[in-house]
Amino acid sequence: MNGGEKMISVTVNGQAFTRPVSSRRLLADFLRHDLALTGTHLGCEHGVCGACTVLVDGVSARSCLMLAVQANGCKINTVEGLAPDSGDGEAMHPLQEAFWSRHGLQCGFCTAGILMSLVELLRDVEAPTEEQVRLVLSGHLCRCTGYQNIVAAALEAARSMSAQAR
Amino acid sequence: MKPPPFHYHAPHTLQDALAIVGEHDNTRLLAGGQSLMPMLNMRLLSPDHLVDINRIPELAGIREDRGGIVIGAMTRQRDIEFSPLIRERLPLLAEAITLVGHRQTRNRGTIGGSICHLDPSAEQPAVAMAMDATLTVASQRGVREIAMRDFALGLMTTALDDNEILTSIRIEPWRSGHGWAFIEYARRHGDFAIVSVAVLLELDAAAKVVRVALTLGGVCPVPLRLREAEKQLLGSALTSANVAKVAEQCAGIDALDDPQVPRWYRRRVAATLLPRAIAIAAERARARDGDS
Amino acid sequence: MMADDQGAADGKHSPRIVGTKAKRIEDRALLRGRGKFLDDIHIDGVLHAAFLRSQHAHARLRAVEVSAARKAPGVVAVFDAQAMRAELTDLRMPLGFPSSTLPANITPFVLSEREVCFVGEAVAMVVATDRYLAEDAVGLIQVDYDPLPAVTDCKSAFENSEPRARSDSPSNVIERVELAYGDIAAAFGPANRQFKESLFIHRGMAHPIEGRGVLARFDDTSSELTVWSSTQMSHELRQVLADLLGMEPDRVRVIAPDVGGGFGAKYLVYPEEIAVAAATRHLRRPVKWVEDRMEHFLSAIQDRDQYWDVEIAADNNGKIQGIRGRMIHDQGAYTPQGINLPYNSVSSLTGPYIVPAYQMSLFVCQTNKPAVIPVRGAGYPQAAFVMERLMDRIARELQIDRVEVRNRNLIPKEKMPYNKQLKSRAGVIAVIDSGDYAACSRKAVDAIDYAGFPSRQDQARATGRYLGLGFAHAVKPTGRGPFESAVVRVTPAGRVVIYTGAMAMGQGLATALAQLCADQLGVPLESIDVSAGDTSRVSLGLGGFASRQAILAGSAVHLASLEVRQKAIKVAQHVLEVAEQDLVLQNGRVEVLGVPSHGISLASIARKLKGSPGYALPPGVKPGLEATSLFQFDAQAFANATHACEVEVDIGTGDVRILRYIGVHDSGRLINPMIAEGQIHGGIVHGIGNSLYEKMRFDEIGQPITTTFADYLLPTATEIPNLEVLFHESPSPTNPLGVKGIGETGTIPVIACVISAVENALGPFNVRIREAPLSPIRILEMIDEGRAQ
Repeated sequence: MNGGEKMISVTVNGQAFTRPVSSRRLLADFLRHDLALTGTHLGCEHGVCGACTVLVDGVSARSCLMLAVQANGCKINTVEGLAPDSGDGEAMHPLQEAFWSRHGLQCGFCTAGILMSLVELLRDVEAPTEEQVRLVLSGHLCRCTGYQNIVAAALEAARSMSAQAR
Repeated sequence: MKPPPFHYHAPHTLQDALAIVGEHDNTRLLAGGQSLMPMLNMRLLSPDHLVDINRIPELAGIREDRGGIVIGAMTRQRDIEFSPLIRERLPLLAEAITLVGHRQTRNRGTIGGSICHLDPSAEQPAVAMAMDATLTVASQRGVREIAMRDFALGLMTTALDDNEILTSIRIEPWRSGHGWAFIEYARRHGDFAIVSVAVLLELDAAAKVVRVALTLGGVCPVPLRLREAEKQLLGSALTSANVAKVAEQCAGIDALDDPQVPRWYRRRVAATLLPRAIAIAAERARARDGDS
Repeated sequence: MMADDQGAADGKHSPRIVGTKAKRIEDRALLRGRGKFLDDIHIDGVLHAAFLRSQHAHARLRAVEVSAARKAPGVVAVFDAQAMRAELTDLRMPLGFPSSTLPANITPFVLSEREVCFVGEAVAMVVATDRYLAEDAVGLIQVDYDPLPAVTDCKSAFENSEPRARSDSPSNVIERVELAYGDIAAAFGPANRQFKESLFIHRGMAHPIEGRGVLARFDDTSSELTVWSSTQMSHELRQVLADLLGMEPDRVRVIAPDVGGGFGAKYLVYPEEIAVAAATRHLRRPVKWVEDRMEHFLSAIQDRDQYWDVEIAADNNGKIQGIRGRMIHDQGAYTPQGINLPYNSVSSLTGPYIVPAYQMSLFVCQTNKPAVIPVRGAGYPQAAFVMERLMDRIARELQIDRVEVRNRNLIPKEKMPYNKQLKSRAGVIAVIDSGDYAACSRKAVDAIDYAGFPSRQDQARATGRYLGLGFAHAVKPTGRGPFESAVVRVTPAGRVVIYTGAMAMGQGLATALAQLCADQLGVPLESIDVSAGDTSRVSLGLGGFASRQAILAGSAVHLASLEVRQKAIKVAQHVLEVAEQDLVLQNGRVEVLGVPSHGISLASIARKLKGSPGYALPPGVKPGLEATSLFQFDAQAFANATHACEVEVDIGTGDVRILRYIGVHDSGRLINPMIAEGQIHGGIVHGIGNSLYEKMRFDEIGQPITTTFADYLLPTATEIPNLEVLFHESPSPTNPLGVKGIGETGTIPVIACVISAVENALGPFNVRIREAPLSPIRILEMIDEGRAQ
């Protein structure tokens, strides 16, 4: 008995999917394996490390703490949907550009979750302070970077997104 | 770490949810999931039935009702954090909620889930106790109201029966101009509080205490109101001597004791934080002095 | 053999990329979510493994009943120790580092058969169609344990011959090492001051955010086994797989995918990797195992406990005369690799100081806990902690300023290369190649405004706030040999591919190597592809550990690139009929200086050197625009650091807040200063974790208490101040690049520095700190004890 199967419909990065899932399947596993969106990672499966963070109906959430069935009817955003669609497929989101310039990632495993949390922050707060950035980052564990360059990248992205908006 | 199998239910009305919990044994309610899902993933729990109550709109919302504030049990902590009504009328809750977990957990976590989980270190039960909240609980038999002090029975044990669901929390705001403070000591930002202190204060024009509530979280199995100390402060000024006397009483609390965090430490931190919280609350009360 | 050998007589080719903050070539794919970490790799029909792990710290295994599990939904196979033994040449893992002194039978089992010796030890493995079902089936396995007494502390393991951590082990002490040089008796003679300290230090676990994982596939047609593993040692894994599965190494291919951090936890061949590969071959179906975090807590390697009882002798000016003592190290129940961690600690204690006489006894003791091998820092943080505590002690007792007393003992730059008189693990006397410790000290002193601190501290105290300043030096040998491999090849399409046995785990290896290659070949970074840790690309390699890759892999890539460059020039000379000194490499071409249109692309040269039947290659030129280097290295390049920090201690809660943190680092020439700085950031934060937050707790019967990230605390962004990193460059004469390793140095002085700062803050309370990590509870206890005196 696998807990029964349900059909769910979700929109991920703007694309609609309908799939059967076992009711106990975690949203993270559904995204990673059923939809082959492996950019979101699992680091702890108990909601502390933040590597699995995605946006659910626009707000950040730990996908290891949600069942896929709970996402039925929801709009989900993952790291794969961040970069704008452009002809050559080379353009990146300002956050991604800033992380690249400022060495905001080392192994890259925790990065996707952090990017999604920062997308939410920069959408809600146009010019965050360093303290606000660190508060958002406190929901993420990174063993490689010491957070320093992540903070710098977030602030740089905020500046560049602000400038673009004008 | 994957959850064990269960039957999953996602009722759309409270009545349907009550029917399910009324009919089945070994059920668990899935609210925000921030406490339950880790336990399921680690297989610390094996419910036969999981009742997802996230799709019952009537269980969420913040509204005023006859001078009180009623918060639906499924109201997300995030919505509490950004509610102008809460910030204005229940500033203690507004302050406490920013210390609950992280943005990512507050987006899904609910006030009802936290109160029913009743972790001794959790901030929302401490606020509910500080403010003498009234909890509305429903079952197929009907609805009953329980005072927070009667709801929190013991370590992670509430007065809820297996077939009951918490539907809302009612809090009577303190009068405009009151002072408040919620502070805590946690190892890292967002961690559960080792000790939290919630202070509510009303001062008269002579800066004497007219009304006061002192609540410690994290120290005992359930949030602790220092009712004796509150009585002592009534009618007095908040001199350092008076406050020190209140803090000294922390030494006698029958506090939680475990090898990681011994009893004496909880008492000591409580004694440290109480005066700090009282000072902040007093400052805020004085600032609104002209109002009364 | 200085670092000027860039091979370019012209000096006029493309601007140098080495030494610049080049953006990493790894990043774009990772940022877009296109990384391929172990669990991101999908193979059709893959099965999933889950392990049954011991719930007892020590017990006899009476029976393991798997029949119910075998029948569970989705289960394809269940292996107990007997079933696993049938697949292997040996049920016991080989010892990682060969030793003539360690006893036999100390390594872990692939699956435990008769006795379990730590909570988390693997007893059985379920293979099922998905992980959920596999975990369900694990729950159905019945094990009959007969509990035995558990050894839970290495000091009591040392002091008591019973109970023993393993029944088949004659003693809990598996190794004793004696180190000594100089006249220790004279050092501790009556003319000198002597001070004793008993210190305890614990260092927790690695916790890369990506746990371990392995995926294996057996190809029936070719009888080849392919294993992907999130590992720091592909070639070693291949060898062990070949040995235990009874296969030819050439029939085993190990590929490291993107690795989400290692920090030492993946620098080991684990039982799970063998078990999964064996299952794959038996079932003829691909099998994957992905470690979850709880498994990492229970069964990945740890760094854990050391007890030091030491004495230091100094003259009245605070000049060290000698150090002696004893260290007891917690090895865990099994020794999978060796005892390099504690050996590093006792052999590096003297750090950057002149110590005329030394004697240290090391006792490596078994306990009923997971195995211990180095976590990032590899025993050096412990040594730095002890040494710096001793220096602070001398300063206090002799009333000499803490920085000044260190300055009086630092090895001066003029004495380099400096013979440390102690041997490395390889039996080679440690010789410090270069370093200017006094200059680093001055930089740190200035940066933290050491001179202004006493008045800052006094002013704070007047308002009831307790500020402290910490200061610490550390030295780390880097570049563990004996060699590393690199192949540099220009393809006929004009791309440059680098293959190396070195391993990437987030430290920017690909970019660093690409920079070195780009400087020689004059190609843009984006045209270089680096593949690390694929055993089919390079036949020999040692992997990523001991801060060795810049030196070893870097030098190998540099030399191979140089050889390719020289080859390209030779061909171009011949084709263009131009002298060598008139040629320059840029934009992927060899061009005549000043006449860029007159040139030949590297792609064309590669095509030429691919050869066509009947056509002669240019005279004196071998086929292929490529070169292989196996850079051999027996020396050590010593990186050093000086850290300083300011903290505030809340004496009401015991909370420690780090207000400022300064790290002055010398890792010789920097290939990429941005990457180097990032390594220091990460190392410092790891060290802060070790100072204040990270403790693997066990109860009195050996049950682990900290098994989630809610109990075991890693620092987050709100606990860390801005980190100020300053570099000093003392090039190393030991390698052609002049580089030194950097991956671990950030971690090494941190514990010493933070502890020193906390003690300094609590001066008014007579607090003496002899342990790490420090919890707020311990801080309040120490304040109470100090006040009581």
